[in-house]
Parts: sequence; C-alpha cells; structure tokens
Amino acid sequence: MRFANRSLDPAVRKMLGEANKDGIETVWDRFELQQPQCGFGLLGICCRNCIQGPCRIDPFGNGPQKGVCGAGADLIVARNLLRSVVGGTAAHADHAYEAAEALYLAATGKAPYEIKDEAKLKSVAAKLGIETAGKDKNELAREVAETAFADFANHGTSPMKWLTATAPQERVETWGKLGVLPRNPDREIRTAMHQTGMGVDSDPVNLILSAVKLGLVDGYGGLHLATDIQDILFGTPAPVVSEANLGVLKADHVNIVIHGHVPLLSEKIVEWAKKLADEARAAGASGIQLSGICCTGNEVLMRQGVPVANNFLAQELAITTGVVDAMVVDVQCIMPSLADISACYHTKLISTMPIAKLPGAQHIPFETDKVDETARQIVRTAIEAFKNRDPQKVNVPDEKSRVIAGFSVEAIVGALSKIDSEAPLKPLVDNIANGNVLGACAVVGCNNAKVIQDSFHVTMVKELLKNNVLVVATGCAAHALGKAGFLTPEAAEKYAGDTLKAVLTAVGNAAGLNAPLPPVLHMGSCVDNSRIGDLVSALAGYLKVAVKDLPIAASAPEYQHEKAIAIGTWAVSLGVFTHLGVVPPVLGSKQVATILTSEPVESLLGGKFYVETDPVKAAEGIIAHIKDKRAKLGI
Amino acid sequence: MKQILVDINKCLACKSCEIACAVTHSGSKDLYGAVLQERKPKQRVYVEAGDGLSFPLQCRQCEEPRCVQACMSGAMFRDTESGLVQNNSDKCVGCWMCVMVCPFGAIIQDTEEKKAIKCDRCMELEVPACVQACPTKAIKFTQIDDYSRAARKQYLTNFQISEEVK
Repeated sequence: MRFANRSLDPAVRKMLGEANKDGIETVWDRFELQQPQCGFGLLGICCRNCIQGPCRIDPFGNGPQKGVCGAGADLIVARNLLRSVVGGTAAHADHAYEAAEALYLAATGKAPYEIKDEAKLKSVAAKLGIETAGKDKNELAREVAETAFADFANHGTSPMKWLTATAPQERVETWGKLGVLPRNPDREIRTAMHQTGMGVDSDPVNLILSAVKLGLVDGYGGLHLATDIQDILFGTPAPVVSEANLGVLKADHVNIVIHGHVPLLSEKIVEWAKKLADEARAAGASGIQLSGICCTGNEVLMRQGVPVANNFLAQELAITTGVVDAMVVDVQCIMPSLADISACYHTKLISTMPIAKLPGAQHIPFETDKVDETARQIVRTAIEAFKNRDPQKVNVPDEKSRVIAGFSVEAIVGALSKIDSEAPLKPLVDNIANGNVLGACAVVGCNNAKVIQDSFHVTMVKELLKNNVLVVATGCAAHALGKAGFLTPEAAEKYAGDTLKAVLTAVGNAAGLNAPLPPVLHMGSCVDNSRIGDLVSALAGYLKVAVKDLPIAASAPEYQHEKAIAIGTWAVSLGVFTHLGVVPPVLGSKQVATILTSEPVESLLGGKFYVETDPVKAAEGIIAHIKDKRAKLGI
Repeated sequence: MKQILVDINKCLACKSCEIACAVTHSGSKDLYGAVLQERKPKQRVYVEAGDGLSFPLQCRQCEEPRCVQACMSGAMFRDTESGLVQNNSDKCVGCWMCVMVCPFGAIIQDTEEKKAIKCDRCMELEVPACVQACPTKAIKFTQIDDYSRAARKQYLTNFQISEEVK
C-alpha cells in the first residue's frame, strides 16, 4: 500500500496520494527533507543559552567535552530538559489561567457563559475548602476562580492550593520531603528559566528536581485546573456516540474544522453553528458540519459529540479534501504550513488568539466578553466561503469509524455504580485483584512524524488488550484509537482478552448499554490527563496503597510536544511507570538518562521513564511492570 | 570517478558530518547505539576553521598518495579497482609515517588499536555518510568535471551581476 511508511490511516494514505498529485507539500515531505537530523540536537548536547555559544559536546569523546562556560554534557542535557518541561508547563498553565479568567468573568456577569455544571462546581469548591452552603452558583464560581487566581498570586511559601486539594496526601508528603512542592505556577516557571540561564545552576541533579517541581505545576496548575474549570463552565463529559476520521466531512454541508486546545471559543462555535443552520441552508448547503482536530476537537467531542476529522499529523490533509470552508485555530499544535495549504483551496483559515497568528490567515480575535459575536462571525465567514467551493477540488474519503467518548471519572464511576452503588470502585478493584483485569495503561499524547502515524498506538494497544490490560486514552492517541475502531463495544469482542472482555460485558450490561464497554475508554483532551490522575488516585485511595504500588502504567507512544514531556514528568512524579515511544533528547548524558529511567528516580518518586521504540516490546515491558506490581501487592 | 568536494561558501561548521561519520563507523550504525557503545566510534572527517571559513577535511584520495609511498609495512594502498586509498589494519604497525606525510592531516590514530585510520569513503554506501548528513549540501559527492562546470557557471553569473551593477 502506498504511503504505508507514513500513516496507518487509510484515509490519510488516500489523501496523501491526492496531495502528491497536486504538488501539495505535507509534514511528511518536510520531515524527509530534514533527514538526517542533527546528532547534537537529538542527544540534547547543544547549548544555545548564551551568546558565547552555540556549544556542542562531542558525544564520542574526541572533541570538546565542555562548553565555553565549562558546562559538560550532563549539565547541558539537564538544563535543556528542564527548559522543555517549562515550555510544556507554560502552555498548560496559560490555558488553565484563561479558563479561570473566563469562569471569573462569567460568574461576575462580564462574559456570556453560563455555569453548566453546578455539581462539579460544588465538588471542586468543597475540595478547595470553600464553604458551599447558601451560595448561588455565580458567587461560588467567583470564589473558585479567585482561589485559582490566588495560586498564581501566591507570594508566600505555602504550596499551590490546587495541588494540595487534589493530589493524594501520600504524594504531597513525598514531594514535600523532596522540596519540590510548587508555590505559584508563574513563579516556578520564572525561576526555572532563571535557573537554566548561563552561570546559574551547575548541578544536573538539582535541575532534574526542578523538572519534577515543574511537572507538578503542569499536573495541578495546568491540567487539573483546566479540566476542573472547563467542566464547571461547559459540563462534565458523559458517554457520547460520535464518529472519527476524514469521512465525517460532508460535501453538501458547510464544514467548519475546529483545531487547537482551548475550548472557550469552540464551545460557542458549536452553539452558533446550530443557530445559523438556516443561513447555511439559504446559501445552498444542507447544514453545518463541525469537526475537530487535536484537543479542541477532543473537548467538543467529549461534551458535545462533535465528530473528529483527524489527529495532529493529518491536519493539513483535512484542507486537501476541498470541503473545509473554515478551519478555526486557537493555540498549540497548529502547523504554520496550514496557511500555505489553505491558500491552494477556498478554505478560510481563521486565527483567533493574540499569541497564535498565522500570516495568510484571517484573524478574528477571541475576546471573552464578545465571544458570541466572534463565534457568529466565524460561522458566517464559513458560510460565505462555502459559496466559493471549487467542485473540481472536492475529494472526501469515505473512511470514518464510530466512537464512544465522554468517559470522565464521574461517568466511569457512574457506570460502575450500577453494579455496586455503595462502593462503585469495588467491582473494578475486585476484577483487578482476581486477575480478570491484569492492570491498566493510559495511552496518551501526540503523533510524531518520526513514527508511522497511529501505528505505535494501535500495535501496542492490541497487545495490551490481548493481555487483559484495560486502556484509557486521551489526546491524539485517543483519536488514533478512535479512527482504528477501538472506542466501540465491538472492539471488546475483537481485541480484548477473554477475562477483560467478560468484565467489560458485565459493566456494559449493568450500565444499560446491552453491549460491552469499549476496551479503550476515551477520557478527553491532553489537559484531561488530570482525569486519569484522579482515577488512579481514587483507586489507590480505595485500596489504601500509594499510586506507585498500583498495577498501572502510562505511555506516550508517538509524543512530539514539550507539553508531553511536562505531562510525562508529572506522571512519573505521581509514581507512574511512564513509557516513551520516541527517544527523548537526553542520551548525550549518561547521568541524566540513568536518573530518569532507573533506580534514582524510582526510589524517590516510585515512577520512572521507560524508553522503547518498538510497540510490541513496549507492550511487553508494560505488562512485565504490571505483573511485577501485582506480585508486590500479593495478587 | 566521483569525489568528495566541498563548496566552502556553504559550510556552517555544524559538525553534522563528524557525527554521521562516527556513527557510520560504529558497530550499530545508529546514533543512539553508537553513543551507548562502550568503545566510542571515531570520526574520520574534521571540521576545521580558518580565516573566516570553515571546512570539513577528510582524506582527499590523492592520485599519487604520499601516505602510500611512505608506508613501510604495505598497509596503506591504493585499491586499483575503486581507485581509493585504503589502510589494511592487519598490516598497519602504527609507525605514523603516513600521518607525517599527509599534507591535510587527514590520517588519525585509533587510540585503542594504535593503528592509523582515515576516511574509507564509506565503501559500502552509495553516497558517503558525511555527504548525506550535510544540511546545507556543502559537501558534495560528484564528478570533478561536473563540479568545475558548476563553478564556471557560478563565476559567469557573478561576473554578469557585477557588470550590471557597474
């Protein structure tokens, strides 16, 4: 099959053929032109932190072993790693802050959002120690937002409230002993940038400890904060049926693709697409079809059932179908090349955020207080663009798969409570204890041009399911598995081992599905990795053990973004064995690579990184880890 | 016969050729494997910087190689079929005569084996590793006549431009 070396997705292969014919350059062409990539960069031993450089360390020992300032490979690799974690953390903390700001403005009547989930609001407020009795939802929401703001304005030495309120107590104590409890997300990000500058920290171990601290900022001041606030504003997800892959685009509809990560605008686009359906019909379309890419896509899939067009690597190919009337982007993972490609079609590329502009795109600014006007203008721009379609260029592949998404922790506990309303986690724990469910693995993260699109996700998950390991997924990993048909009851029949299948069937039937639960539970966007953190924390709490003792693992098979490095660092800090399918740029330092992947980090935090670039071997490694943890628990 | 030729205006001194050369001469032929192996592989090309220019230097594969003439053990030889100067490490006694006579400093020592090593032009590869690795295409693997033809054309272009400017 042509392009089998680029993607597992048949729709993507088909569109690559078309793109090739039309001379459209894609991410894969550019990746090939970048080969071979710089060895110093791949090993993490290039330092550009001061202008005496750039300095490189010879990894083979013949050339220089120190940079101009005297920094060796261990220091350079540790500094670069910390800066990566800071980059990822900054993205998530900024996202979370925007959500908190929107909640505050909504609660004080200054932004047209309604607080949709009062139950979540109360439960978050209660965790934060805010008195809920006798307060209306706006008053309570304002206090929750102010508590978030207080973390970002914490001038004292106390740790972040969002962390102490939501992380397991055992972890808070462990992190406290290591001196890595973050105080204020912004301050830790600032301090780490300072720490990694020329002539500040020379101790690789101290730098790695700071990476742990920043990982915690990511986990609680980024992921958890964002998920909590977004659930309060837009509702906590519940199981929802939808579809995934380029076949969800409809040639006779106005197609609006929403792409990026922050759902503050896209939720409103969903609303306005419904309101303006008549205008689309008046323009000659049969209606408006929304679809998503990356995590904005996940947010509106989880809460609104909006179908998925594709994941990260195929964002350009969505435009080559010729039916995307508008692609609306917010922040993160938006390829600059979208402007070049949309220029070859009638597609309106619309940027919306002040920090993410693309030359060649139309900029319709997102402002929280005028979000309705913005969303309406965007939908109308798409309807206008529909009239300019070039029928010669229309080429929509048929491929799409049914997906069930929306598995928030609340939804999972809800389904389990149909079996045991007193102790909902008991049926799951019992089935882990008796070995019907060997363990669980979170498969998360991106696509990466270094890996055949989706192939690592799919091959590894097949192995895990066959061995009765339950899989939960987020991000582009969830899209990959959705497109490949793993988010369906049929997948339980097809891929799950016998005992896992029996458990999924029992839970599915009890929950009234008359079918098994999907063997891969879609838990949301990348910030929703916090949901996975909550689920494992709840399981540990129920069993009265630490997270590090559970028979679980995490895996980012095809990660590319700094955000994934930050999330992975948080996961390891939480005590999770975390697999990476692409080699991170640390092999230039034996010291750093050893600390991250073996005894030093495991003895302090309970988790560690595990790097394996072969999907079958990675599954074997994860299963071996799960079995080891089971043995230590005596089950 | 193709030669490794360098466009000196294009070398940015990134040393990608050095890494690619060492990796190609490692056991695993893979960057990560090469870094992890006990005995570090040796590069045979060196980016040297001079007065405002940088240049990746490796064995020039001389037509009349002084290193071959100077080799008293017969280890250094010019392969008649390929025309390439190669060193037979079984015969090399590490006397370093070749190092002394090479005007380019292209012969180095394998410190563990105490033998001379140099660019072998990646005999098993169609295009040498340093050429493949060069991100600016400064290092070329080309027929000498093709290179000079391109240089003549470039000269003419520059000449015409300078005439127009006048």
